[in-house]
Amino acid sequence: MRKGQNKRSRNARPLFQELILDLLNYWHRCGCVLQQPYDLEVGAGTMHPETFFRVLGPQPYRVAYIQPSRRPADGRYAENPNRLYKHTQLQVILKPSPDNIQSIYLESLRAIGVNLRRHDIRFEEDNWESPTLGAWGVGWQVLLDGLEITQFTYFQQCGGIDLDPVSVELTYGMERIAAFLQGIDNVFDLKWSTDQTYGAIRTSEEQQFSAYSFEHADPALTRQMFELCEAEARRLLDGWVAAPEPARQRYPLLAAYDFCLKCSHLFNTLDARGVISVTERASLIGRVRTLACRVASSYLEQQAAAVPITLGSR
Amino acid sequence: MKQTAEFLLEVGCEEIPAQMIARASSELKVILEKHFSAERILDSAEVHTYGASRRMVAVCRALRTRQPDSVEEVTGPPRSVAYDNVGRPTKAAESFAARQGVPVAKLYTVTTPRGEYVAARRTTPGKLTREILPTLLPAALFSIPWPRTMYWRRPAERFVRPVRWILALFDGSVVPFEFAGVRAANWTAGHRALGRERIVVRSFADYISQLRRNYVLVDPDERRKKILRELRQHASRAHLRVHEDPELLEQVVYLNEFPTVIRGEFSPEYLRLPREILITVMRDHQKYFALERSSGELAPHFLAVINLDRDAGGIVRAGHERVLRARFSDASFFWDVDQKTPLGNNLAKLTAVTYESRLGSYADKTARLRALARTMAEHLAAAGVQEASVASADRAAELAKCDLVTEMVREFPELQGIVGGLYAARQGEPAEIAWAIYDHYRPSGLEDWIPRNLTGCILSLADKLDTLVGCFAIGLVPTGSSDPFALRRAALGIVKVILEKNLPLTLGSLVTAASCALQSQPPNLMVSETIQQQVLEFLLERARFVFRERYGFPYDEVNSVLAAGADDLPDALRRLEALHSIRRTKNFEPLAASFKRIRNIVEKAGPDEHWRLPDVRTDLLALEAEQALHRAAQRVAQQAESHRLAGRYREALLLIAELRPLVDRFFDEVLVMAEQEDLRRNRLTLLAKLLREFSRIADFSEIAAAQK
Repeated sequence: MRKGQNKRSRNARPLFQELILDLLNYWHRCGCVLQQPYDLEVGAGTMHPETFFRVLGPQPYRVAYIQPSRRPADGRYAENPNRLYKHTQLQVILKPSPDNIQSIYLESLRAIGVNLRRHDIRFEEDNWESPTLGAWGVGWQVLLDGLEITQFTYFQQCGGIDLDPVSVELTYGMERIAAFLQGIDNVFDLKWSTDQTYGAIRTSEEQQFSAYSFEHADPALTRQMFELCEAEARRLLDGWVAAPEPARQRYPLLAAYDFCLKCSHLFNTLDARGVISVTERASLIGRVRTLACRVASSYLEQQAAAVPITLGSR
Repeated sequence: MKQTAEFLLEVGCEEIPAQMIARASSELKVILEKHFSAERILDSAEVHTYGASRRMVAVCRALRTRQPDSVEEVTGPPRSVAYDNVGRPTKAAESFAARQGVPVAKLYTVTTPRGEYVAARRTTPGKLTREILPTLLPAALFSIPWPRTMYWRRPAERFVRPVRWILALFDGSVVPFEFAGVRAANWTAGHRALGRERIVVRSFADYISQLRRNYVLVDPDERRKKILRELRQHASRAHLRVHEDPELLEQVVYLNEFPTVIRGEFSPEYLRLPREILITVMRDHQKYFALERSSGELAPHFLAVINLDRDAGGIVRAGHERVLRARFSDASFFWDVDQKTPLGNNLAKLTAVTYESRLGSYADKTARLRALARTMAEHLAAAGVQEASVASADRAAELAKCDLVTEMVREFPELQGIVGGLYAARQGEPAEIAWAIYDHYRPSGLEDWIPRNLTGCILSLADKLDTLVGCFAIGLVPTGSSDPFALRRAALGIVKVILEKNLPLTLGSLVTAASCALQSQPPNLMVSETIQQQVLEFLLERARFVFRERYGFPYDEVNSVLAAGADDLPDALRRLEALHSIRRTKNFEPLAASFKRIRNIVEKAGPDEHWRLPDVRTDLLALEAEQALHRAAQRVAQQAESHRLAGRYREALLLIAELRPLVDRFFDEVLVMAEQEDLRRNRLTLLAKLLREFSRIADFSEIAAAQK
């Protein structure tokens, strides 16, 4: 471990992909399961089932993964140096939260070549909330010389359920950190690999999805897809209530969650398209949240039946 | 054993939200002093508390090492039972003495209403402070009122942020207790990056000096002084001055355990953006201080407060500069995009922005604001206010909410109004209108200023009245601490604008106008008389508050004046000033006391249709004292009324106060409730008339008796 650090600190300007490798490697050494990004459109790493479901219930768990996150309203056709339709999050969940979690986190910065003695690192209050997931937590944004690089959250609720034990969620904004370490102002100038830039790899994707979200997405059709996905999620959730015993363990609540995620992304698309009024906004968010909360409580029922929980084990 | 010893407590946490620390620190002082007093271990030394981002600290230089012994007198059996007839103690006395733990010889006799009893003085030895603290401290810490708490281990263990260590020393050794899952010990932690992780501490002096060596300045005053000193040094080195910002200063005092100021630069090309936007970006988003030239213009520099001892090689500075560059480039982008659309063209978009579901969109609100602003401007013009312009008020109201859909306000919501004003000015609206839009969210509190021009005041009133009446109409009335639409602040703003701009607009007419706008424009709501009355009372409550807190009038003078009429606030203020100025003259308070007596008599006499005569009948004034009062009252009433109508309230009040000797004499010599019915009714009629005629400026019966 010591050796790896020395090597890294010599390379003070890691490539984008090196940064990802270094961080994942660090969390691998901390005992995390390394997971893959979720294969649906999500707005944040929190929506990955490896966070949404794992923070529920009593089982300890540690996981880290990269999650490309789509925010249709944030797209800028690759013309703004800091804003992206799709940015890269590195998400870590530690359950239960370790007592020395802040040191563990700071050590991860050292692992990517940040000299803690020479940089201004600060934890400023920032309480995170995801209204569509019925999830919120208390914590900070971590600033590195004034730049927000991580959201650090003690999860208090997910899917409307009070969490016990509490998980810590760390969400690193990878493009920002890479730009900081490479000393550049424009995300598209980032060196991704030895011979490719971020811009070369991602510009057309940013342009096309910005164009889709702001101009081409068909509002009526998107709404219809939202309704369909919601209906499918609801149908599955209704079915859970009546599902007969032998089939309950393999009842597809995870599929219900997928449809809930699709609703969330479709909602974001409608929002970017500018066709949602403020009231309708609140009501659509409420509909997605209702699905998320039902999925969470059904999932806990399913888990409780599968794994007997030993009371007083903590 | 020492009489007193030093107490030191430090709760080490993960970073506490900066804006919560100062308040919690002063609460902790109060809480500990209360607990210590209750346990009788607080001596003459007070508790001092300090706070920094990772610690809450309390120290008491001299806390008693034990509670004083408590002595209480316990009454035993009657003396006759306790001693036999030769005066020897009986079994009863002996067993009583034994129970109280005193020798029989120490018993003594007390006399009670029931006869003589024996008694003993029982001494309970005080507990040691060392034994008290382990239960006292967790309870005290648990009762710190934080705006929001969290849990990180067990749901029952809540605090503002996770507790990671506790230092608790009394007389140099550890106080054994546990709080939020952490055992108290004898060590603290230094600065996260610069200090040692574990520092064993022996005393407060040792604590302070070791922490200083480990880059933690525990005392916020010391941090504040360091920041201020360095801000000034950097500014003067660059021949600039700091844009003063006391709120920001307080934030950075609590964001850093070892604050150091560094200076950074940004490209002068960003100075094309308005200073309001530049300062907001620097202040609200990056917590930087802006620098100005002596002319007041912004300079392309900023000062950042960092949590380090120095910035070797300018690494930190380069980082902060890069972040600010990105923020400014966003802001320029928003500015340029917004300039492509004239502000007025955003009106159509406001139909899609909901103000409140039952009160419609911002387009609906704009329609109401226009109607209301026009009505007010017409009113003012009719009342002779020269600058009142209906056209300006209408145009300002039309554009007021258009900035809500700009990119700039979406990014920086705290700039609503200001951005609209800046865009309006840039797009050629007259200054009167641009400033009106710029200022219309003001005043935002008791100390805030009101809009700088009349159109701004009209717009500010219209906006707040519509909010207030609209919310009351749909049942969103503030209760207790819950006031989600900030209606108290809206009402306060209305009162302040009317008073400080001295506007001849009555509260009643304003509430009526706002109700009409809600009815004539969408959502076409009927606002009932009852609701309008509720709004008026709500406004009056705020007016009382403003008169007391802002102008410093005693509550009874405020009540007295408002009881005589509250619709016209500037007039009420003039009456208050007059009343206050004569309050201490010799006749006034005795006269006020007599008025209170008069009111009691009249109220006790029951409904006035049973006794009131059409007027005082001189033929029934039997006694000289009542004739004199009647004559004087008639004369004074006439003169006082002409003073009152001319607005000479002080003169009127002084005249009225001259009635005092006659009122006194009347009460000395005249029995109001005379046996003879016609005399009695005539006297009551006289008193009722006094009350009516002399309560037009202030209702004297509301004046509290002098405190002597």
